Formats: sequence, structure tokens, C-alpha cells
Amino acid sequence: MSPCYRDKLFITGFKAAACITVLSLMFIIFFLIYESSSILTSTNLSQYLLDESWHPTDGEFLLTPMIVGSVLIMFGAMLFSIPLGIFTAILIHYYAPVWIAHLLQRIVEILGGIPSVVFGFWGIIMIVPFLASIQAPGTSLLAGVLVLTLIVFPGMTLFACSALQQVNKLHIQNAIALGLSRFSIIKHIILPQAKPGLLTGMILQSGRAIGETLAVLMVCGNVVQIPGSLFEPVRTLTSNIALEMAYAMDEHRSALFLSGLLLMFVVLGLVLLSEKFKSVPITE
Amino acid sequence: MIKLPAKQQMADLLLKITSWFCGLLIIFFFAYLLFDILLHGLPRISLEYLFSQPLKAGREGGIAPMLLSTLLLLALCLLIALPIGIASAIYLAEYTNESQWFARFIQRSLNVLASVPSIVMGLFGYAFFVIALQLGFSILAGALTLACMVLPLLIRSIEDSLRNIPDIHRLNARALGLSDTRMLFQVLLPLAAQGILLAVILSVGRAMAETAALLYTSGYVTRMPESVMDSGRSLSVHIFDLSMNVPGGEQSAYASAFVLMLLLLIINLFSNRLSSVIQNRSTR
Amino acid sequence: MFFYFRFLFIVVLIGCENPTQQSSENTSDTLSGKLIITGSSTVAPLASELAKKFEDLHKQVKVDVQTGGSSRGIADVRRQVSDIGMVSRKLKAAENDLTPHLLAIDGVSIIVNAKNPVLELTAQQIRDIYLKKIVNWQSINGVDKEITVINKAEGRSTLEVFTKHFQLKNRDIKPDVIIGDNEQGIKLVANNPNAIAYVSIGAAEYSVQHGVNVKALPLNGVPANTQNLAEKRFPLSRELNFVTLGEVSPLSEAFLHFSRSSQIKPIVEEYGFVALLSR
Repeated sequence: MSPCYRDKLFITGFKAAACITVLSLMFIIFFLIYESSSILTSTNLSQYLLDESWHPTDGEFLLTPMIVGSVLIMFGAMLFSIPLGIFTAILIHYYAPVWIAHLLQRIVEILGGIPSVVFGFWGIIMIVPFLASIQAPGTSLLAGVLVLTLIVFPGMTLFACSALQQVNKLHIQNAIALGLSRFSIIKHIILPQAKPGLLTGMILQSGRAIGETLAVLMVCGNVVQIPGSLFEPVRTLTSNIALEMAYAMDEHRSALFLSGLLLMFVVLGLVLLSEKFKSVPITE
Repeated sequence: MIKLPAKQQMADLLLKITSWFCGLLIIFFFAYLLFDILLHGLPRISLEYLFSQPLKAGREGGIAPMLLSTLLLLALCLLIALPIGIASAIYLAEYTNESQWFARFIQRSLNVLASVPSIVMGLFGYAFFVIALQLGFSILAGALTLACMVLPLLIRSIEDSLRNIPDIHRLNARALGLSDTRMLFQVLLPLAAQGILLAVILSVGRAMAETAALLYTSGYVTRMPESVMDSGRSLSVHIFDLSMNVPGGEQSAYASAFVLMLLLLIINLFSNRLSSVIQNRSTR
Repeated sequence: MFFYFRFLFIVVLIGCENPTQQSSENTSDTLSGKLIITGSSTVAPLASELAKKFEDLHKQVKVDVQTGGSSRGIADVRRQVSDIGMVSRKLKAAENDLTPHLLAIDGVSIIVNAKNPVLELTAQQIRDIYLKKIVNWQSINGVDKEITVINKAEGRSTLEVFTKHFQLKNRDIKPDVIIGDNEQGIKLVANNPNAIAYVSIGAAEYSVQHGVNVKALPLNGVPANTQNLAEKRFPLSRELNFVTLGEVSPLSEAFLHFSRSSQIKPIVEEYGFVALLSR
């Protein structure tokens, strides 16, 4: 096979693969729309924002507290995970002796594969009683944030590691030759170069955070309300789906699928927002 | 050695301390978690546990079928997702640039896909793979669903790794007269190998940790699967059932969690070995 | 890279041996085929156990049990995706196209932390606690701590049984925590000395017997255990049903018959439910 022909074959293959990926997303969105269709026709948009509360068996579908819950818990978890991830990656790459770096990396990889159920379970046994001693009931926004951090930070660390690894070593060597301090090198040269990779990691892990279901279900209290403090229980869109899907019929079910669709829109909004940050110019 | 100004020294020290603090926090947390799991689960773990069938809803007996199901799920998921993922990433990185709408569209789609809640993915998998494609509750359906969940991570990571390779390598390859495909397989992919490895490890972790999506697709059955069309319970689903649904299942849940962590470690070590073998071969 | 693929491929090939049959036939003296049962996660562990025993008796039969909730059980049977559905409540009027086959009775009992000094709560007290008219344990047992009220999520049959018995409306209940599964409730109460919840009697009994930090409160003077439930002395109960649609295949019939036979009784009781025969 001539190289030209082989190339064309491969390129078509690659293009096809990319299209399959897009198709799968389309499928998922269509699926959500299809399943929510019954509720979309029987209620109107304002109900999701203005109804008194969430009592689907009575025909009330207020979603706002849960949207707020999902977003708050995601931001909280990312607030903790991003620095944790980046600093750990810095430690692994630039400060730690080789054996500790390897150990840490293996540990983070293992933590990233532990089912969220384990962390949720741990949360009920350790975190919730601890928080309950500060302020009842213990199952709260803060508990959710802490457990979610445990789930999300390994991925963030691995992404950060990958990003740091790809920084051009030549630039680092030049900087050392110029006598810059480690801190300066990291802050002004390495981090800006690693920025795209870090950003990818942040966006993907935020997605993971907002989509997490079981663990937050176990420790957040699941009361439908906009939390007044960190210690108050909260319900996320995902826990809502998990909690009620098993027993929901017809309209109730559609409403749950609709909340799933809504979640994806919220994420889309966050993704578009983050793109604004990406286009901030990197200092050369 | 050049003596750095005090301010720089302070910054250096601060960075060092923060990074070490994060790293040590993680190590201690992991140790605590591991200790906790072993404390509760060790009595159950034995060679027999690994190779026998579960009894009494998993409270007694072993986890052999679950181990096999998990391995099959993982293998199948990677078999499906890796080619599509790598191919898509190659297409995106090499044949499009970020200013084209198609590339941005796919990136955004992938970012949104990464945040689909696992339970929604499970319901989608159920509606599409189990029912529409008539695969029934099967490991195949589960693997396909897992592949959908893992694709965004794979593609975005690998795409980033490829984009990060400095153009000089591509120019060199061209100058030497290499065709696209040769350049790809002999130059670019080996250079991106570390990034690809990390992406794979991330995906393996995600797949192993996934519970809700598998509950609806590969199912709940505790029998030893005879083929990929059989329903099979993954370790994560088993842990979920034991800790949340079966009274008195905690000990077995802890034991299973430990086995899962061990499995992850083995897979990661193996992947690392494999990656260094590939890298060595290609740089010869 | 290709070596990796080859390895994965081999693993999968090993996995792909004999595809299972889909048909449900009845040969001369042994049953064969596959039965699919889906539905309630409360019934699922018991159903899995029954399935295993049934498979031991009939070597050619495969019974697959899947969870997903009572509504999944009903939907699947209607769509003929499954042969039998598991539902952890009585069928509603709108569901009269389905045939229920009563499997067992489950009770609902109120639980508090083992360290809680309270010995019994009256119906009025329980109502007031859940309506937040009483918010502190002080007026009940002298301990000055806020009560953490745990309720079940909407749609669950334990919730319906509870609200119906105590004449409460779910809208009026002001919970501090809402849970999904029984075990979640038990774990929360075990770790919180001020919590109160209601869960399946079987789950509560099992936990108490195995030293978990909870205790079940008697109702109207009747202690909450399966014995009393069986003798109909304990008032809060719900049905656990298998449901089918229309004509039932011989295989399904055999399984349903098996699940109500006397040899099943000890298994059902092990899960804390009351077997049909002892009623």
C-alpha cells in the first residue's frame, strides 16, 4: 500500500472515530429529551423555577434548590481539589525524592479508582458524626463538599501531573541557568505553560464533581432546600434522580430526566464560561 | 550558588512547605483509609475468598464471579474505548486546529459528556444498549456504557498530550520524508506515550469506580459469567449492595474494597511497565 | 501498543465462551431456560438467594435477578423485558393489568440510637416529632438535644406505610435528613445519638442482633420484631410481591411456586421478612 493511500485510509478512520464520539453525545442528549418529553408537554418552564417546592406526587416540580445544591457542592469540592491537586503534582515532579514521588503517584492512582460508595460510606461513619458534633444533623453541604473532594482530587492530581510533565524541559533549564528561584520558575514559566492541561483537568473533574451521585446521596441529607449555611442539608440534582428514580412513575420519571437535561445545560454554561479563561493570553 | 533575595527565599520555602503539606496529607489519609479497610475487612480475606462464589447475598462466601466480571468489563471497555479515543484524539490534534469550529464543538461536547451523571449514563445505557440494541443485561452493555463515560477523559487527555509535542518533531519527520502514518506511529505516539499512559490509568480508575451506571447495564447477578453476553456484577456494584442494601454485609464490603484497591495497584504497575517497554522500544 | 490490544483481545475471547440461551422451554422432566426478574432493591437480595436455590434444583435453568426499584419492576414486566417483577408494596389501582403473587410481609419499625434512653414513643409523640412540634428530646426523655428527624424519600413504600399509619402528609413532615435505603437510615442512626428514623423491620432486627448501635421501638406496647409481625400483632406492615403480566410461562410458574414453598421459609426469615406460610 502506498504511503499516500495508507495515510488517507487512516485519516478517514480517525475522522470516523471522532464522529462516533460526537454521535454518542447526541444520542445521550436525544435520550434525555425523549424521556422528559411527557413532562415537558404537561408543565411549563416557570414551574421549575417558581413552584412552591419539590413534591412530584402532588404535581410540584421546583428545581431551583437542587440546581443551587449541585453548583455549590461542585464549587466547594473544586475549591479544595484544585490547589490540592496542583501542589501535589508540584511535589511529585519537583520536590520529592524519587521513591516518595512514585509512592505518591501510585497512591493517588489507587484513590482515583475507589468507588464513590466507599467514600460515601466512610463519610457517614467519620465525617457526618464529626460535623454533627459541631452542628446537627451532620449530613450537610460541608460533608458533601469534603466527600466529593476525596473523590475528585485524585483525577485532578493526575491531570496536573500530566500537564507538568509536558512542559518543555528546555525552558526550565534556561531558567535555572538564568538563576531564577524555584518558586519563580514554577510560577512564571512552568504553570503558564501547563495551563491548558491544567484547565482541561479542572473542567473534566468539575464535570465529574457535578455528576457524582451515590456519595453525595449518602452524606448530604437530601432535604430540598437552599442551604443557609455549610452545615445545613442539601440535595443535588443527581441525588434527586438517584433517590427517586427507583420508585417514580410516568410524570415523576419524566421530571427527573428533565432535571438531568437541565444539569447538562448548567454544565454547558460552565464550560463556555471557562473558555473565557482559556483565551487569556499566556505571558511569554 | 547565587544567594537569592529574602523575598524569593521565603516564596521558595512557602511553596515547598505547602506542597509537602499536601503530599503528606494525602499519604496520611490513604494510610488511614487503608488501615480502616483492613481492620474491618482483613478477617474475610483469604485465597478462598478470591476464588469462591458468594453465599447468603454476599455476607459469606467469596467474590470470584465479581472479580471475573470486573476484569471482563475493564478489558472490554478499554478494547472499545482506546482505539476510538486515540483515533479521535489524533484526528483532533493533528488534523484540526483550535480555531476551527469542529474542533471546538467536539471539545465542548466532550467536556459536557464528562459530566453526565453516572446514573443518567446508566439509564441511557439501559435504554440504548440493553433494550434498543437488545444486548440484555450483559457485561457487553456495561462495557459499552463504561466506554462512553471514559471516552471524554481519554480523548481530551491524549489530544492535549499530542498538541503539546513541539512542532520541531513533526518538521524533522517531514524533512526525513516520513509519511503521516509513519510519523504518527514512530515519532508522535511514542513521544506522547507518557501522556497516553496517564490517560489510560485515569480511565481505568474511573471505570473501576463506576457503580450506578453498571447497576443498570451489566447488572446484579452474582453468578460466574460464562460469556460477555451474561449479566455480571462488578466489584463496585457488589460493594454498593453489601454496604447499602444487605444488612450485615459490611465486613465483606470492606474486604471487597481492599481487593479492588489491590487490583488497581496491579493494573497500574502493569501499565507502567508496559509503557516503559514501549518507550524503550521506540527510542532504540 | 498492539501488544496491549492483543492481550486485551485474548482476555475477552476467554470471556466469550458459550452464549446463553434465550428460550424458555420445558423438557420432559427438567426445566430449562432463562428467567429474568427485575425490580425492588429490598426484595432483590432475597430473590437472588431464591434464584440460586432454584438453580441448584434445576441445573438447566438460569435465573437472573436485577435491581432498579419497584417502578422498574412494573415497567419491565409491562414491556416484557423481564418475566417477573419485584415490587415492595401493594399494587395500586392503576396497576391492575398485573397479577401480584405475594412473597412475604415486611414490617416498618421506628429506630433510635441504642444509647437513647427512651423506651417507647406514643403515636402522638411520633407525629409531633415528624411535624417538628417537638424538636428536643428533653420533653421526652430528659436529654437536652435536638432531634434529628430522618424521613424516607418520596415514592418509597415504607414512607407511604408510615404516613398512612400515623395520618401524616408527606408535605407536612419537616425532616432533617432524607434517605433512600434502609441501611443508610440504620447507619445514620447508629452514628447519631439524637436521630430517629423508620426502616424495614427485618433490617432493624438483623442490625440489633448483630450489635449495631440501634434499637427498635415498640408500637402501642407491641415490640417490633418479625415474630409479632407474623402473629399480626404489630401494625405497620407492607407486602412484598412478585408481579407478572398475563399468562405465565411454565418456568415462571415453577419459580413462583417454589418461592412460596415451605423450604423457602427459613431463607425468607433470615432476611427479616415474614414468609407467607406462617400467616
